[in-house]
Amino acid sequence: MMIKINNSGPIDRVLFYILVPAFLINLYLIFVWSPVEKVMGDVQKIFYFHVGSAWVAFLAFCVVGFYSVLTLIKPKMERFIYAGISAEIGVLFTTLALLTGMIWGRASWNTWWTWEPRLITTLILWFIYVAYLFVRKMEGSWEKIAKLSSVFGIIGVINVPIVFMATRWWNTKLHPVVFGEGKDQTGGGMEPEMLATMFFSIFTITVLYVFLLRKGAQIEKMREVIKKAKTNIINKIAS
Amino acid sequence: MVRQGGDGRLITILTDALTIAAKDLRNEFKTKQTFSMMAIFAVLVILVFSFAFDPTNNAVKAVIPGLVWVITIFAGILGLNRSFTSELENDCLTGLRSGPIDATSIYLGKVLANFTIVTLVQIISIPVLFILFNYRFTGSYFWFILILFAGTLGFIIVGTFLSALSANAKNSEMLLPVLLLPLLSPLMIAAVQAMRAALENENLENAVSWLQLMSAYDLLFFAACLLLFEFIMEGS
Repeated sequence: MMIKINNSGPIDRVLFYILVPAFLINLYLIFVWSPVEKVMGDVQKIFYFHVGSAWVAFLAFCVVGFYSVLTLIKPKMERFIYAGISAEIGVLFTTLALLTGMIWGRASWNTWWTWEPRLITTLILWFIYVAYLFVRKMEGSWEKIAKLSSVFGIIGVINVPIVFMATRWWNTKLHPVVFGEGKDQTGGGMEPEMLATMFFSIFTITVLYVFLLRKGAQIEKMREVIKKAKTNIINKIAS
Repeated sequence: MVRQGGDGRLITILTDALTIAAKDLRNEFKTKQTFSMMAIFAVLVILVFSFAFDPTNNAVKAVIPGLVWVITIFAGILGLNRSFTSELENDCLTGLRSGPIDATSIYLGKVLANFTIVTLVQIISIPVLFILFNYRFTGSYFWFILILFAGTLGFIIVGTFLSALSANAKNSEMLLPVLLLPLLSPLMIAAVQAMRAALENENLENAVSWLQLMSAYDLLFFAACLLLFEFIMEGS
């Protein structure tokens, strides 16, 4: 067996023991402790999940890019697996960010969708993630798929900032945009309790991401071990 | 594979690229299959659009810049699909890879050949679009052609690269558009906006700044694809 599976027990256990109380505290902070927004009311609570998911969506994509570069430098099964699992979790959180954003948008802007730079960028990010997963579903040896998918991952990461620039220019018709300006109140007038809750929420969801990434990678490695054992047995029986 | 010696190497890469492009184009002009299919398909797309938007309506003028790019991309994807899968017959791709040429010259040659074919399709389809939609060209030819050139070049740069990537899959015809369209989105936003500004002959400053974005996209992806193409050739 080339791949070690169970060398990461303690770290996962620590992550798990951080994650469970953090989530409970997070729910308490969101629904009880933080003040209710004056104009939007209770709907604004979705904001904490929305920002966390969106942050993890972009983080996961950066991780895909990072592991893609590493895979190209030196192809290793582990790097290839991490890139794939990160992309899968990224699809999940991008979908969550889009859905929560749409619900929130419906409540506060009275529309499910507007062609606003951040929305378009997130949507295109979702498409690139899905395309990346399609590349990984190709048939062939893992070395070949690792090379091809890493190449696509890198190209995809390069594309994201350009999409953001282009959509920003498109919507503002080339008027200067002050960074941080936006409709979601992250800019100025936010209560300190809200800000604290938001940061705690981002922290919790990031820990969840790391935990899922590690667990997903372990499951994928186990799959590889079983696949190898199976082919070994088949070869033995055949001979 | 790697030949040393600065300038000499660059020249061999370029001449090899020209040889590959000439091979592809000769092949294409002999059968004319891909080209005629692309041209017919582009005209069919225009026909479908003329059913969707009534061409006698004056408001349709607003969708012309978008239509130019829609027909370019739809017809172009047909050609790009064939670009590398046609090399799979008789293991031609293996022959190309094992030949004493740099991977980048394969890429450059393919880009050149695809660009030529798509440009030829545009030379037929865009006048047809203007005629069928009864569009009177009042903009400046210089800017129109420059924007067309920059947009098509970016499309072919990324398209040829992803065509080589998706040729490894069994369902490459389905995979290519799924991979290509999200990556093209910033280029298309810029191309449509620049084309609108150039066609309506107003606010050329707008067109210039969009053209700058397109050139940045072209250069960035050209460099990235050139560097990464070797890995695709190794992998396949």
